[in-house]
Amino acid sequence: MTETQEAVPMVGVRDVALPPAIAVRELGKVFTRRDRKKRRRFGKGRRTRVALDAVTFTIERGETVAILGQNGSGKSTLVRLLSTLLLPDGGSAEIFGHDVVAEHRAVRRLVNRVSVEASFFKKMSAAENLSYAARYYGMTSGQTRDKIPAILTRVGFPSDRRDESMENLSRGMQQKVALARALLTSPVVLLLDEPTTGLDPRSKLEVQDFIREIRTSHDSTILLCTHDLAEAEALAERVGILDRGRLLFLEPADEIKRRYGTSTLEEAFFAATGREFEAEGDDDDDREVFA
Amino acid sequence: MRTTFGTMRAELVGAGGVVERNAYLTKRYIWWDLAWFAWTVANTLTIVFIAKGIEASGGQLDVNATMTTLLIGAVVWAYLGILFMFLMETVAWERWEGTIEYTFMAPLSRAMHLAGQGAFAIIYGLVRAAFLFVVCAFVFFDLSMPNADFFAAFVVLVVSSISFIGIGMMMSVLPLISPEKGTQLGFVAQGTLLVVSGVYYPVEVLPQWMQWIATVSPATYALDGIREAIIEGQGLTAMWDELWPLMIIGVVSIPLGLWIFSRGEQYAKKHGKLKRSG
Repeated sequence: MTETQEAVPMVGVRDVALPPAIAVRELGKVFTRRDRKKRRRFGKGRRTRVALDAVTFTIERGETVAILGQNGSGKSTLVRLLSTLLLPDGGSAEIFGHDVVAEHRAVRRLVNRVSVEASFFKKMSAAENLSYAARYYGMTSGQTRDKIPAILTRVGFPSDRRDESMENLSRGMQQKVALARALLTSPVVLLLDEPTTGLDPRSKLEVQDFIREIRTSHDSTILLCTHDLAEAEALAERVGILDRGRLLFLEPADEIKRRYGTSTLEEAFFAATGREFEAEGDDDDDREVFA
Repeated sequence: MRTTFGTMRAELVGAGGVVERNAYLTKRYIWWDLAWFAWTVANTLTIVFIAKGIEASGGQLDVNATMTTLLIGAVVWAYLGILFMFLMETVAWERWEGTIEYTFMAPLSRAMHLAGQGAFAIIYGLVRAAFLFVVCAFVFFDLSMPNADFFAAFVVLVVSSISFIGIGMMMSVLPLISPEKGTQLGFVAQGTLLVVSGVYYPVEVLPQWMQWIATVSPATYALDGIREAIIEGQGLTAMWDELWPLMIIGVVSIPLGLWIFSRGEQYAKKHGKLKRSG
């Protein structure tokens, strides 16, 4: 039995006591930065921003949930907290019953992530980047020898470019390699943080198709954070809106529209917040730097 | 039992992954490394030529022994620079490329992560130090070392590396706290460590307070041991006076380095310093 399997309870039969894939309770995060202007005037200058404000939700195993939000709404902060890359200032978050702070090693075995920036060592090739990353998850060269070419083929990455430096690849190609890196370790929870932002329409569709394929063929729970309303509606079973750190709701898209009496999620966002979804104020720009 | 074995195996594979990654990067940047090696040779020559300069200006000294003494100091300086650079890059380079979050969210313990980084730094540093020594000693200066025990010198350098890695771990936390200037502070630590350790002169010429610091610096024992092995031809059995302090400093510095790094990591996770733009 692998360590991942040991960390995730088996689901041979329906068990009501089974922990949810993701359980977030009253999760809060506040960032503090020095403010030089304020310092000059008052001697001690600090700016604080609430990135997440008592966020609560659960996601069941196998579910795909989208969290919508503008830039600076706290989406990336949420993903980083669930990835054990940030420490919360309040509340708790659990992955399959494992606390992200107290049991971070167990959580790390279960989770992987694709972020808006396909971060790689740019001089290294796709195959090299995947190879060393897999070792961090305990995969030997014998295990990755066939798996890396197979997974790159699965995401539609051309085999003749596997040994080319990442810096020579388009953003769409790099994002496919990022997806391959995340899937290579067989995560049971996949955190997708704006995986299609900045991609050309064709690459965007290819990545979205691949996410659909993961939903059907992979035993993964997916949390998709995006500011693309159509993408959220098309890919997720439930949609939540994160607004300035607060989760307004998390329901099937049709129920949200029905509740607010609107025909689109964009209108529902307006009805819930009184603001246009695409409209961002100075405060949102400022929040983006923090969150 | 099986789980423990599996975890240990996964940790070793993970540490191997760090070595593998550094090997790929070294391969990709090999021409830059060669250019940097040429700079290191030039820098070492400027120091070793000082002995010739003193002789030319009428100074009375054993030129061969003085040049060898200076060369050993310069090679240890360069070696320490490599070790610290690799360990500082644990954070700095990864932050620049944006991969740091993926590394820090992997289920690899920080101890094995840093051990992998340290292991590659030692292997790479030893190869470079050996080349640097050979090029300067025998290609440029034709230095005479009839009694040299290179094996003993090698052992002293390897044992001292454990302490250096511990100190490097403490330094590598600096880019987490200050992404812009943290790496530069590592060079300050390198210089400070060597200046009190008799890098180009005997420790006895230093002020008393510096000599006290020298007693806890691993570089003091490394430089003494290597000079005794190469210049005086002393074997490993005569090195015990240098080896035991190095082992004790290593036993203390590695856990201390890990603890300081973990505190820095907690700080970075608290304040969101791991992300590239933060």
